[in-house]
This record gives sequence, C-alpha cells and structure tokens, in this order.
Amino acid sequence: MAKTLYDKIWDAHVVHEDSDGTCLLYIDRHLVHEVTSPQAFEGLRMTGRTVRAPDKTIAVPDHNVPTTDGRDNPDQMPEDSRIQVAALDTNAKEFGIHYYPVSDVRQGIVHIVGPEQGWTLPGMTVVCGDSHTATHGAFGALAHGIGTSEVEHVLATQTLIQQKSKNMKVEITGSLPPGVTAKDITLSVIGATGTAGGTGYVIEYCGQAIRELSMEGRMTVCNMAIEGGARAGLIAPDEKTFAYVQGRPHAPKGAQWDAALAWWKTLHSDDDAHWDKVITLRGEDIAPVVTWGTSPEDVLPITANVPDPASFTGGKVDAARRALDYMGLTAGQKLTDIEIDTVFIGSCTNGRIEDLRAAADILKGHKIRVKRAMVVPGSGLVRAQAEEEGLAQIFIDAGFEWRLAGCSMCLAMNPDQLSPGERCAATSNRNFEGRQGRGGRTHLMSPAMAAAAAITGRLTDVREMMAQPA
Amino acid sequence: MEKFTSLTGIAAPMPLVNIDTDMIIPKQFLKTIKRSGLGVNLFDEMRYDNDGKEIPDFVLNQPAYRNAEILVAGDNFGCGSSREHAPWALLDFGIRCVISTSFADIFYNNCFKNGILPIVLPQDQVEILMEDARKGENARIAIDLESQIVTSADGQEFRFEVDPFKKHCLLNGLDDIGLTLEKVSAIDAFEGQAAQARPWV
Repeated sequence: MAKTLYDKIWDAHVVHEDSDGTCLLYIDRHLVHEVTSPQAFEGLRMTGRTVRAPDKTIAVPDHNVPTTDGRDNPDQMPEDSRIQVAALDTNAKEFGIHYYPVSDVRQGIVHIVGPEQGWTLPGMTVVCGDSHTATHGAFGALAHGIGTSEVEHVLATQTLIQQKSKNMKVEITGSLPPGVTAKDITLSVIGATGTAGGTGYVIEYCGQAIRELSMEGRMTVCNMAIEGGARAGLIAPDEKTFAYVQGRPHAPKGAQWDAALAWWKTLHSDDDAHWDKVITLRGEDIAPVVTWGTSPEDVLPITANVPDPASFTGGKVDAARRALDYMGLTAGQKLTDIEIDTVFIGSCTNGRIEDLRAAADILKGHKIRVKRAMVVPGSGLVRAQAEEEGLAQIFIDAGFEWRLAGCSMCLAMNPDQLSPGERCAATSNRNFEGRQGRGGRTHLMSPAMAAAAAITGRLTDVREMMAQPA
Repeated sequence: MEKFTSLTGIAAPMPLVNIDTDMIIPKQFLKTIKRSGLGVNLFDEMRYDNDGKEIPDFVLNQPAYRNAEILVAGDNFGCGSSREHAPWALLDFGIRCVISTSFADIFYNNCFKNGILPIVLPQDQVEILMEDARKGENARIAIDLESQIVTSADGQEFRFEVDPFKKHCLLNGLDDIGLTLEKVSAIDAFEGQAAQARPWV
C-alpha cells in the first residue's frame, strides 16, 4: 500500500498496537530542558524507576539562562531559575544522560543543539517537553512536543502511547520572490489555515519552494508547524539533508553511514499516497509578512493595513477587537506606520547562522533607530561562527546588544523581557498576550524584516532596503 | 492520578477563541519544580492587575464562578506551549472538565494525564452550554464519562467522543507508565530488532 513519509516513520517505530488502534511508539531521541523536566525526574525517583535509554537522552538548559556575560556564576540568576537549572545539572549527572551545561560552548536552544550535534537524523522519532520540537521535522524525523507526564513516560520506557494522526500535505509551488524567506512561508501557511487548521494532522511540507530552502530554512518552516496546530511538520530528506548531517559529531560514520543513507533515501511519500487534507500556496504569491495581532494566524503582507475586526466572523470578531486593543492599533492603519521600540533577533525559529547573516546583510553600515535591539544566537557555536564571519561586529556597530545563547526574549523566562506597552519586532514564534513580558506587544517576522525595522524604527518592507541588482 | 467518573457543577464561560497556555499560566510561574500550588496563578494576567489586585470583571473573580469545576471555552483552547503547568493550574484551581469545539493537541493529551476531561462538542451544543455557564449558580452542567454524555441545565443530552484507552485510564485513575511497563518484553524485543536494522540510532 502506498504510504506517506509519516506512515513510513510511524510504521518503523510501532512497538505494540492494541485492538483499538492505540500504539506504543518507540522514541529514538529524547531532548530535555530545565523547565518541563524536574517533575518528571522527581516522578522517577518517587517510583524507583530509572532512565531506560540514557544514551538517547540529551539535556541542555536554555529557557531560564541569562544571555549576559558572567552567567557561569549561578548567583546571576534569580533564585527560582538557579534552582531549576541546578536540578537539571543534578538530574543529568544522576541519571547519566548527555548534557551540555551553560559553561559548554555547545550549549544553546535545545532545538538548535540537537541538529547541530547530529543527534537529529532522518527517519527518527524525536520528542521533547517543548512544543517547538517540530523543528526537527526538517530532517524527515517525526518530532513533536510532549507534556511533563509524557517526558516521565519516555524517560522510564523510551516509548509513548500514541494514536496516529491524519496526513496533511502543504505544497509550496514555484520559487520565492526576493526578500521572501522560510519565515514568510510558515507564517503565510498559518495565516491561510488558522492556528487550529492542522489540529489532528501531521503536515508534510513539499513543493519546489521547500526543496529550494536550505536545511536552516526548512527548520524555520517546521518549527512553526505547532503554531498551525499540527502534531508535527515534516520535510522529506534529500541531498541537502544528507550533506548537512554528514560529519556532525553524532552522525553515523563509515559502514553505518552507508546503511543509514540507503534507508534515508526511501523516506519520501509515495506518489499515490493518500492525503486527508491538501493545502497549496504559490511561492510567487508569498510576500514578506508580519503579524498584527495576538495569535500567529494574524498574518498580513507588510504592504497591508490593520484589519477591521468586523471583517471577521464568529468568535474571531471579539478576538480581533481584543487583539487591537492589546496591541494599541487602529483598524485601517498602515502596517508600515507602526513604530517599533525594540528588536529581538533569535529563538529556535530564527537563531541560526543563516538568520544572523540575513539580518546583518540588511544592517551593514546602518544604525538602529529603536530604543533597544538584541541578537541572541541560538547556540554557543552559532555565536562563535558569527564572530568569526564578522557578523557580530556588524550588529554591534549598528547598535545591537550581542548576547549569549538561550531562549531569551522569545518567552521571557530570563531577565530579557518587554515592559508593558513596549512594542517589539521579533523573529520568534509567538505573539500571544504577555508572551515577551506582561503587556508587551509582539510583531513576528523574518530576521531580514526585523533588521529593516531596526533601521527605520517602524515596520518596514525589507524589499525597499535590499540592494538593487546592477 | 485522581479518577474522573462523573461531575455535576457550575461552569465558567470563557468564549474567547484561541486561549493559549501562556494565558492559562504565564511563564514566570513555570520556574517551579513541583506540580502543585499553581491554582492561585491560573489566568494570572487576565485575573490580576499590575499591583496583583483581582480584576473584578474577570469571570473566575466573580462570586458565582469562584467554585467553578467546568470551563466552557472558545475554539482551540490550550494552544501554544506544551507546558503541563496549564492543566496543573486548572486542576489546582478546581477545574475538572473543559468543554470546547476544539483543543490544541498537546494540551488535550496533558489533561488526561492529570484527571481532567476535555470534551469536544459541535458549535451549536457548545453555545447552549455557554448560555448555561452564563447563568452561574442558576445552572448546573452534568458530565458522565462512562456513558459519554453531557447534560445541559434543562436536560438536553449531548454525546461526546473519547479515545477508549484514555477513557479507561481516566475512569480508573491509572498510571500509564505502569501499564506500559507491563509491555517491557515488547520494548526489549523492539530494541533488539532496531539495533540490527538501524544500528546508527
């Protein structure tokens, strides 16, 4: 029978299937961070259980960690954050799992560290107590977020109890116009389907525009599959995937590489596979986009105006009214007239080296016209590479703060937060009320668009700032 | 985990769509290493002003809803972050059941691990229950998990779907890690085969 990529990965990991279709699914990689794991490790202790597969379990602190110099000194953290990071240190040591502490140059956001170190490979099942685990789907891995009870379940059994999701295909045909990026694709898809459009599905992204993306761009697309409500987002592995993976510290080598590659090449949806839902967007039609409201589905091209709540239907009318009030915006206002206080470049969505290159390319030779701007690289290695390439100096010369790696202002669990009313152009993934700090106002966009906003002090169409071809 | 069999109680109306887990429990309360004590911060930024005083308009601050055990909510409840602190906070407040037209996937699963029953019903039925909820103490909604029936204040019965395994665990308050460990020989066998087929994993 013809299968989708999701079907193939699923079938390769079923340990046991009950008569009602409930499956026990084997987990190849379990990523762990400090916020959603302490109660799970405590649960193991209370029941006398242990970690079944410590070699497949990788931990890194990222959510709480400060991004300022001198953070090796734990006194720099608030007491509750310090306790949470210390708990991860202790749990990693006690249960013998792989660990990248704050002092390690490889530390960073868990979803950037996993691929960077070669832990994430095609055809794997990958879970983490974090919704943006979807990121790893870019490798053709079935990757999704889980709650803390499920973290404990995976630690104890290396499996998850799962019901299979339905198959959804999201095809992006043609090529993207200049100035349009992976972030614009993923936001535009959510804008088209809504934040519940993917509920009950695993999405496979395909089409020419997806194939033309780099691995980093594909990670950006899959990262926000969760914002579209999907359990996971997937992209079939190809030569770009294999080239990215080869040579990474935990990627297979020698004869194992050859065997892995042979299997990975079978990981694609069959031509006549069944799809429960299909969405098609034309790459040529996608523009640089920003969000105007407090849900990631509140997406519009930068050339548009703030919508009138009355133009929506059902519960969305009140939600849009509330969003405009929270965001301090007026229906009909041009998006490019919205003034920005702060720019945040980073997160598991857009904290990789290509993101920093894209932003630096726009910023080169300019000064910021916002109150503050910060770059938070996704990992210590991304940071080091950006320094080597001279990107750090471009950011610093423009007036950006050059920070250490972590989740930072994406969710503002560490001191990097917005004040009430402060308006931020952010490359992260959520514009929820209070997400970046109580009363903070978030507009989501690509790194290049965030850089353009930093230069002008307002939401800006990056295409106007791009060098004209000779 | 506490069992869930049946419940008759006051429901609080929260018709807003896309209520996310950042709203349910903001990030500053995720720094705990415990599961308990989060109820006081449930919906913190909607419930309290900048000085920490209760906002009287917020539904759970109104006298009729302080003891609500059910939420009737707008579409796509629980979207966003995977934080299980969201159901922990709901449970700690006393909420045992949430009714909506749709739930985000991870939140939906997390509820079942904590003795909370999330119920999906069609729009028109949710609207009837939302009207009941607006009546506060003058209306009670009844839920029976065994028969999979929600009964509105005036006796209309709405049947809901629930996965049989999840229902079984909730009815009996079962620890699913214990159930999975009963299948440890199947896990051992799978690992043995996988080590041959995909040794690089």
